[in-house]
This record gives sequence, C-alpha cells and structure tokens, in this order.
Amino acid sequence: MSLGAYVGRRLLHLVPIALGVTILCFFLIHLVPGDPARTILGNQATDQRVALLRHQWGLDRPLPVQYGKFMGRVVHGDLGTSLFYGVSAGRLVLQRLPVTLWLIGFGALLSVLIAVPLAVIAATHRDRLPDHVVRAVPLVGLGFPPFWVGIVLLLVFGLHLGRGFPVGGYGNGFTGHLHSMFLPALTVAFGISPILVRSLRASLLEVLESDYVVTARSKGLPERRVLGRHALRNAVISTVSVLGVNIGYLVGGTLVIEQVYALPGVGQLMINSINQRDFPIVQGVTLVFSVMVVLVYLLTDVAHALLDPRVRFE
Amino acid sequence: MSRPLLRVEGLRVEFNLARGVLRAVDGASFDVQPGEALGIVGESGSGKTMALRALVGLLPRTARIASGTVEIDGVDVTAAGEDERRELRGRTVAMIFQEPKTALNPVMRVGEQIAETPLVRLGLSRRAARTRALDLMRLVGIPDPTRRVEAYPHELSGGMRQRVMIAIALSADPKLILCDEPTTALDVTIQDQILKLLGALQRDLGVSLVFVSHDLAVIAQTCTKVAVMYAGQVVETGTVDAVFREPRHPYTLGLLRSVPDFDMVREHLSSIPGSPPDLASPPAGCRFHPRCPFVQDDCRGAPIPLIELGGVRATRCLYHERCAEDVRREPVIAGA
Amino acid sequence: MAVAAEVVAEAQLVEHRRGFRRRWYRTPSFVAGVSILGMIVLAAAAAPLITQHNPTDQDLLHTLAGPSSSHWLGTDDLGRDVWSRLVYGARTDLRVAFLAVLFPFAIGTLLGLLSGYYGRWIDVLTNWLVNVVVAFPFYVLIIALVFALGPGTRSIYIAITLVGWVSYARIIRGEVLVAKRRDYVLAAKAGGLSDARILFRHLLPNVVTQAIVFAMSDIVLDILAIVTLGYLGLGVQPPTPDWGRMIADGQTFLTTHWELSTIPGVAIVITALGLSLLADGLADLLRPE
Repeated sequence: MSLGAYVGRRLLHLVPIALGVTILCFFLIHLVPGDPARTILGNQATDQRVALLRHQWGLDRPLPVQYGKFMGRVVHGDLGTSLFYGVSAGRLVLQRLPVTLWLIGFGALLSVLIAVPLAVIAATHRDRLPDHVVRAVPLVGLGFPPFWVGIVLLLVFGLHLGRGFPVGGYGNGFTGHLHSMFLPALTVAFGISPILVRSLRASLLEVLESDYVVTARSKGLPERRVLGRHALRNAVISTVSVLGVNIGYLVGGTLVIEQVYALPGVGQLMINSINQRDFPIVQGVTLVFSVMVVLVYLLTDVAHALLDPRVRFE
Repeated sequence: MSRPLLRVEGLRVEFNLARGVLRAVDGASFDVQPGEALGIVGESGSGKTMALRALVGLLPRTARIASGTVEIDGVDVTAAGEDERRELRGRTVAMIFQEPKTALNPVMRVGEQIAETPLVRLGLSRRAARTRALDLMRLVGIPDPTRRVEAYPHELSGGMRQRVMIAIALSADPKLILCDEPTTALDVTIQDQILKLLGALQRDLGVSLVFVSHDLAVIAQTCTKVAVMYAGQVVETGTVDAVFREPRHPYTLGLLRSVPDFDMVREHLSSIPGSPPDLASPPAGCRFHPRCPFVQDDCRGAPIPLIELGGVRATRCLYHERCAEDVRREPVIAGA
Repeated sequence: MAVAAEVVAEAQLVEHRRGFRRRWYRTPSFVAGVSILGMIVLAAAAAPLITQHNPTDQDLLHTLAGPSSSHWLGTDDLGRDVWSRLVYGARTDLRVAFLAVLFPFAIGTLLGLLSGYYGRWIDVLTNWLVNVVVAFPFYVLIIALVFALGPGTRSIYIAITLVGWVSYARIIRGEVLVAKRRDYVLAAKAGGLSDARILFRHLLPNVVTQAIVFAMSDIVLDILAIVTLGYLGLGVQPPTPDWGRMIADGQTFLTTHWELSTIPGVAIVITALGLSLLADGLADLLRPE
C-alpha cells in the first residue's frame, strides 16, 4: 500500500470520530442547567435580550435542526460570535493559535529531550541504581499538578535564580519566543515526560532482549551502535504512539499553563471566556482543541508508517 | 593433530532464578578443528543453545558462565574482557539463528544489515560495503540482489531471510560459524536448500561449523563429528558415522530409535519414556537413569565421568557395552 | 444439569481468580503507599482534633503571618490558619476524588463487560464513544463540562464520570475478550448458565482486578483535575477549603510569601505519590506470575 492510500484509509477511520466530537461540542449548550440563554446572560439581562439570544442560537428549534445549523456553521469555519468581544470566535481563536502551537511543539520537543536519555540510562542499567531512580520518575512526576509546577518554576527560575527568564508574555521573534517560552514549555514537558520515560524504558528493555539485538551483538558492533542503530530505532516506534495517545493530556495541560505564565494563547482565551461566560468561545476552543488532537492522531499514524516499514503492509 | 580452532572444556552456564540456580550447561567439553563441522544434538532444554551462546559471550542477561574454558583461535574467551570478545565476534566467529524472522532488524533494509559488519568492523567505505553486500547475496543464492538489497525483512520469504542471515554471518570472512537450529523454522524443501548451501560454503570457503540441532538427519547431512547433549551435559561424542551407526549411550540410542524418517530397517518406532529432568535439581548419578532401559544400581550414585573409547569417541555411560549389544541385535541404520 | 455445570465452573473459577501471590508486606511500594496515604487520611479524618482554628475563620489583624505556636504554618492574606486549611482541604479533596472515581469505575466496567462479552453493535457503539471522548484533551473537556454545568462539586462528579469511564471500559473490554475464551467461561456457557450469571458471577471477579489497579492511579488524575478546577475558580466553591484554591490565592503573594502556594502543592504531590505507590504495589501483588 502506498503512503497516500494508507493516510486516506486512516482519514476515513477518523470521520465518525470527528462527527462524534462535533455532537459532543454541540451538546455542551444543553448541559447548561435551566434556560441556557438566561444562565449565560445572567440575572441582570432583560427578558428581551434573553429571548433574542435564544432565537439567535436557535435554541427554540428542535434538536436535529439545531445540530444541522451548528454543523453548517462549523464546516464553514464559523464558530459563532463572541458575546464579550462581539467578533467572530473563529478569528479570535485563530489569532491566538500560534502561541499554543508553539507551546505544544516546544513542550513535546523538550519532553523527548528529557525522556530519551533517562530511558536509555535506565534500560542499560536494568535493576541497578540509575534504573531505580528513573523508575521513580513517573511515580513521583505524575502527581505534580501542571499549574503548580509552573508556579514553582516561575518562583525558582523567574524570580530567584538571577531572573533569567521572563515571568510572562510571548516574546518577539524566533529567539524571543524560544527564550520566553522556555519555562512554560518545560512545565508542559514536566507533565508528559514521566509517561514517555515509562513507556520508552519498557520498550527499550523488550527490544534489548530481542533476537535482532543479539544478532547485532554477534556482529561485534560497539555497544553504542547496537543501542543507537538497532535498539533505540525500534523502541522509538512504540514511543511515538504513546506520545500520540497522550497528546490530549499534553494539549490540555497547556491550557492551565498559559494561564500561569500569562501567555496569550488559546487556553488563556478559554479561561478568560469562562470568567466572562462567553459561551461561543468556550465551545469553539473545545472544538478546535479536539480537532487538533484528532489531527495529531493522524500525524502519529503517518509517523508510525514512516518509521515502521511493516505497518503499511498489514 | 593441529591446534583446534575451538576448544571447550568443562563449560558451565548457570541461570539465577528465584527458585535457585539452574545449570543449563554442566560440564560441556568438545573441540572443533579448522575446516571441521561439529554437530551438537539434543532435545530442547538440553542446554545446546546456551552452550553455543556462551561461546561468544551472548548469554541472556540472567545467565553467566560459572566455570570452564572456551578457547577460540588461541584466545581464552572466558578470561578475556568484553572488548576482546567483541573483537572476536563477527570477524572470527559469526552466528546464524533459528528464527530469521525475529533475528533480523525489522526496520532496517537487508542490504544495510549485511553491509553493517563490513562497514563498521572492516572499515569499508559505504560504497564498498554495499558492493560487498551484493556479492554476498549472490554467493548465498539470493536472486535479483540489486532489488532485494533495498527490501525489508518482512518482504522476504523465510528461506530468503535465512540466506540473508547467512550472508551477514559470512560478511567478515569468519573462521567459525555457529549455527543455532538454522533450519528448524523453515519448510522441509527450503531446509534442504539451506543445508546444501551451508555444506557448500563450508567446503568451498574452508570455514568451520558448529551446528546445533535436535534433528539427527540434519546433523548427519552436514557434520563430521557430533556431541550429544542431555540435561546440560555432553553424554556422547564421536564421528557422526560411528555414533549414529553404533551409539554407546542409551540416550543416543533412544534418539536414533525414535526418528521416523531416517532410512533404516526397524520393526517399530519407540520413544524415550518420561521427560527431561528439571535442571534446577537434576537426578543424582547418571542424569539419564530415570529413563534408561539398562539402568543398574551404580548408575544412581556418583556422577558418571566421560569415558574415553579411543579416538574422538567418549561416553558418559557405565554400561555402554549394552548399547552396542542392543544395536547388534537390531541395527539403527540400514546396511549396518 | 445446570447445577452440575455451575459447580464445575465455580471450581475452575477459584483456580483462575487472581489472588495475592505474594505477602503484601514484602512489597515495598505497597507498604510505602499504604503508610503515606494512611497518614493523610488519618489527618483528614481527625481534622478537628489536630487543628486549633476553624479553617474559614478570618483574622484581619494577623494576615500573612509567619509560623507561630498558634499558627503552625502561618496565616494567609485573610488571616486564616494555613495548617487548618491544609488539613480541611485534604478532607474536601480526598472525599471528592474518592467519590468521583466510583461512578466512572461502575459505568466503565459495565460497558466494558457488555461490549467485550456481546460484541456486535454494543461493542461498535462503545468503541465509538470511547474514541470520541478520547479525542478531547482531558483538561479541556473537564473544564468545558464544568463550565457548562456550573461550578461546584456536583458538576465535578458529572464531568469526571463523562470523561473517566472510557479508561475502565477499555481495560475491562480487553480483559473480557481474553477471559471469555477461557475454559471456565466456556464450561459455564455449555452448562446453560444465563448471560447475566456468567457476566457477573464468573467474568467480573476475574477481570475487575485490573480496573481496581487502574482506579488507584485514576484517583491521582482526579485529584489533579479537582485542584486544577479549584485553581481556576471552577471547583469546590469557597468558603470550603481546597488545595487548588489555596494555591491560586497564594499566587498573588508569590514574591513575598512563596510558601502560601508551595505548601498545598507539596501536599498534593505527597498524596499523589502515596496513591501511585499503592497502585504500583497493588499491580505487583495482583500480577500473575
């Protein structure tokens, strides 16, 4: 099967999931207790305004019609109009997306840079001290609330240790972003690395016991080459899948972390909109985030197919 | 006799398990002369594979060589450091494994895998290593090598994969190739092709072989000398001709009598009663005694040493004469 | 006939049921986890006995005070006793987390059992639902749900249930797929036992251990979600003390009183560690050899 056909088939698998995602996002409004329009606008709003909003959002129509209208808007990229800013919610999200994508990408990169060496050290020192230490990482690390890690890093690196890093903002230009996003990205990495370390260590141990690693050793290759060319290359395949599966956790973490570091990203937009009871934005951001995750799943499948030649032949 | 290429003396391999020490190999001794092919035969679990792996320091993580000496091409492997052992691997000693499907790296092109030893160990250029890979693929009879060099292992058949393994083993001109049941995972017709190929390579290149198998027919076809292993011990050695014609150990006799497709005259097939012992607590005395038809009281006492029978023949049976008598009554091989 | 089959199946069941293979006290992570968690639960339960102040009482004359014999960990910006708030916060957050894990556990286990055992449309439907929920980032969906439902503990339970059941369904479904081909299930089927009896008497006890082990680490995730919601002002509502809210309140005074935000965080980390150790030890104990 060619890579194109493979991607096509994976895309087809994602269609029902994407459909379900829109249904769930649509139903968010109907989870609002009582009269959604009244609850969202608050008690001070006039009955007239409430009725207008109810009509605007089509809440007075039957559910299937409402969903049809919602879908019609969504496929055209229309996420509704912000109640607070009065402009297109989609535009607001799009404006802030680069910051969030930066944070996710930088965070994922840092997490790999942290996880790979740790897992290699653990796997090559199995059941000895370095391994025990590394095995404690996920045990301890998973219990750190991402926002609190952000606050502590801010406290240590931003306020005390020479104030080396900005305590908020996005910075200008590539190096500016790199500099001011370092602490937020490190916080993101802190959340996801434990999971990566655990799975990469496990798959490395499995690979190191495999027959083809014995073959590589029987060639008399230096241990470094056995590890780098034969073991790691195979272990990374399953780790890419683990990173893909956990991308949701990573993406969700950015939401709170943006809040801690005052980064003008999509997550901060969502939190601000929650405080302003700006429903269309919250709904839109939720949809955008989940579409992002679905796309990452697709990307993971493609990466998997590129890394593992066996996949496309199944 | 010239200096042997491989000399193994009193080799012991132990596994440390939760329930105690398991002696997978317990005092194995054999040697291989340059250009010779030695067969090691035994049931699964008899320690033959572990003995083979121990020779080049490729034991599993939980196993270790407890005692004994292994000398390859004049180098004492057991006394040597890991660097010296690594130096031997690939260039002096190469290995071929039972399951080519798992023994080849699934995400590396086969050409890359064949060219790796020449590239890293012989210091060839990328180009020269690739040319060498193509030459080797031709040598082991892989058709259309310029196309197959780009293939991944899963794109090849089992027989082709094993040919790739053989090409890898040959890639740095080793003096000795250790074969661990190289045909067990293959179809019968392919088995024969691979055995013929190994035989031809041994003849033409003058490389020595150690051939581990549970299949007596395979050993008979490829080897000149044989060591029979049972429960971690070598119980009988000799030339293939002598051992198969006139076994001097009841275990060998039992093995020969239980082979159905050996060309022989025989009234009935018999199998050895019972099963091999637990290696964590082997029986005292002769390890075969619970299953032996000729067992006597003194078989149950002290461990039985290898008894020299002249030449390269030896047996670990006190009553080996009885085997000889039994074979005289009912030969195991046609025309004997 | 059916009775005989039942007896046979029951006998085989005993063999297959996974029990503790090792003594629990020989598993260090289990012992450590139980000790840490036990101490925290004990402190939370005995909160009125080990604190001198009401956690919500304000003392505006003694705000942001350092540790003293009266206020062991000092006071916050409203003069409330930090130690009291910490201990009562443990009460709130642990109770909510333990309760929150029950609903997804029950619903996920049931759906996993049904989809694994019957397959067909119920399996297709469950899988689709699982995939849809998994497509949402955990925190995003929880926050969106709690926002829609309105802040407070009731919303937390609903949100965690809607999001959390998928993991249990996945685990149980996988276990059932393996277990239903085992002899004891086949024997029970051949004996003509009802599906309900096979499901709940024979399958459930065998597959549920994996879900229990997961529940331990799931509580960690739930605690993090609860304090995150608290931090964002969407969780447990004031004046009830909550660790997340304490961290948020303290953040304003980070430059001068860094301990206000750090102390509750350390409490969260230690609680989570206890639970992780417990989960780890439990997995060790229940692992078939």
